[in-house]
Amino acid sequence: MQFKLKPLAQAVGLSMFLATAAQAQVSDGVVKIGVLTDLSGTYSDLAGPGTVIATKMAIDDFVAAEKPTFKVEMVSADHQNKGDISSNKAREWIERDKVDVITEMVTSSTALAVQKIAKEKNRIAIINGAGSTAITNEACNDVTVHWTYDTYAVANGTGKAVTKAGGKKWFFLTADYAFGQALEKDAADVVKANGGEVVGSVRHPFPTSDFSSFLLKAQSSGAQIIGLANAGGDTVNSIKQASEFGITPKQQLAGLLMFITDIHALGLKTTQGMYLTEGFYWDLNEETRAWSKRFFALHKRMPTMVQAGQYSSTMHYLKAVKAINSDDTAKVMAQMKKMPVNDFFAKNGTIRDDGRMVHDMYLLQVKTPAESKTPWDYYKVKAVIPAAEAFQPLSASRCPLIKK
Amino acid sequence: MEIFGIPSPAFFGQLLLGLINGSFYAILSLGLAIIFGLLNIINFAHGAQYMVGAFVAWMALTWLGIGYWWSLILSPLAVGAVAVVIERTMLRHLYKLDHLYGLLLTFGLALVAEGVFKNYFGVSGSSYEVPELLQGGINLGFMYLPIYRAWVVVAAMAVCFSAWYAIERTSLGATLRAATQRPDLVQALGINVPVLLTATYAVGAALAAFAGVLAAPIMQVNPVMGSNLIIVVFAVVVIGGMGSILGSILTGLGLGVVEGLTKVFYPEASAVVIFVVMVLVLLVKPAGLFGKQA
Repeated sequence: MQFKLKPLAQAVGLSMFLATAAQAQVSDGVVKIGVLTDLSGTYSDLAGPGTVIATKMAIDDFVAAEKPTFKVEMVSADHQNKGDISSNKAREWIERDKVDVITEMVTSSTALAVQKIAKEKNRIAIINGAGSTAITNEACNDVTVHWTYDTYAVANGTGKAVTKAGGKKWFFLTADYAFGQALEKDAADVVKANGGEVVGSVRHPFPTSDFSSFLLKAQSSGAQIIGLANAGGDTVNSIKQASEFGITPKQQLAGLLMFITDIHALGLKTTQGMYLTEGFYWDLNEETRAWSKRFFALHKRMPTMVQAGQYSSTMHYLKAVKAINSDDTAKVMAQMKKMPVNDFFAKNGTIRDDGRMVHDMYLLQVKTPAESKTPWDYYKVKAVIPAAEAFQPLSASRCPLIKK
Repeated sequence: MEIFGIPSPAFFGQLLLGLINGSFYAILSLGLAIIFGLLNIINFAHGAQYMVGAFVAWMALTWLGIGYWWSLILSPLAVGAVAVVIERTMLRHLYKLDHLYGLLLTFGLALVAEGVFKNYFGVSGSSYEVPELLQGGINLGFMYLPIYRAWVVVAAMAVCFSAWYAIERTSLGATLRAATQRPDLVQALGINVPVLLTATYAVGAALAAFAGVLAAPIMQVNPVMGSNLIIVVFAVVVIGGMGSILGSILTGLGLGVVEGLTKVFYPEASAVVIFVVMVLVLLVKPAGLFGKQA
């Protein structure tokens, strides 16, 4: 029987080739984008419904400007910050609904889970909200792009700036799970590399609402800087209670991962003077203001870096599909890596072989209530961190795709 | 001087913080104990009522300019009024059924309330300032005590003691307790039992709202603040003995201290230490520390 298999295989191969050659290059003539995010939980303000709106904006702008021959559709779902829910949804979308690209995925556990499914099913995953550096290190693959920021970039920006400004003795307040521990480690490395020292740390359960005991410990440590290696509600409550216990302004707080929605929730009176690092701020220039005002009209809040990054990455993906007139995973990935990212979010951004999209980051300082003139006027830009310095260098990458 | 290997100032600081947190547990578990003891309803909406109490204070300040002190009275009244409606239209039908029905109904109400507030306010929540009169702090030598936190302990203890006194030492309290044992007899004496029960549920809910107003300047006012706390508070009630008023107050304070000290010695366990205590207590004394043995 064996000799008959070869011509059969050839025939099948030939017919497949002819079929793809004859049809429109984009399968079914539809590009389907799946937005998988936290629509109701802890991270729904910084990502969530705002990222669905940003995706919709990108699709509408793309269709209006580029008039593609294929249709673009969007589906969205709530992953509830759970790895199992997100992988089930991703599987269902790919197998049943023919989704071509899965995007957003705030919370590292959901991103890492979907990344695996994407590789197994040969579909593209574009990660925006999640921060873990593992995404482009140990877990990296050739179908994943990590767009907006990562824990290395934010810890690096804030840690270096604060240490160089004289904040040499650090104490860390760390959320006791993978993300917090990674953030603490990244920041501690930067502090030490810049001549600072870490005098102690405390790991708090995630999530926690009362931080007084932990703050008391930080207070008695004698550190100049209390580094907050946590996120969302935990960061917000630690900052609020630090001012209550008279920790600030004697000791300074450094929020290692903060979003503009956190500043909005806390108010400038509590957060003034804090340093933080972001990949985007709505009030940087004419272009960012123009886009952000359109976003504001739809969402009633200014965009976080995650929401702006979601627009940018969706647009980049669609442009790549159009450029090669195909939604084939390998070809689109190659095209996305070939084209530079030039839009209101990033200038000359590039996607590296480990999947990391590198672009400039911004070191920001929170304004005082007197300095803030209009609603959402929250930051002073202290420095632009060039793409080459902002992210972990490829030479330090632990990604198996990178040959050293 | 060192106590258990940590410097005594740090130890006393944590002890005090434990008492402060304990006073929150005490006032919340007291409300639960009153409602369970007299109505037999496991009020899972208690956390939501606490959250709504904090939000009412925030809305009063932000939208109407009504300050903290008025909110301490107005917010419990508002939440109490809603509780009257809930008791009259829903809970009333469940008294004769298994506890589970009350639990499920109130749990559902809590989810609805949380969902509505999430949808409207988002999850990051909003800030509520410490009232001017209570800003600042005192240096006690071993720690910096924010004046507001000291006030929380005083206010919570005063309310807890008054509630305990009203139920255990007054004739109104005696009537209430009798009405839960033999509603038919008390009714026959000319006392309107249904009104008594409505009032009890309203008072329990108002206590939760009062705790919410107390918490607003300390925590970020956000839609999930109640659900984060409610499980711990239920554990407190179980440890204290379901329905025991004094038990819930004392256990609340005690467990606040236990939790505070865990945060110094082994922070990673501080989220579960109360449940460990619960398991141990249930093994030795299934009715709880202050509960009557069934």
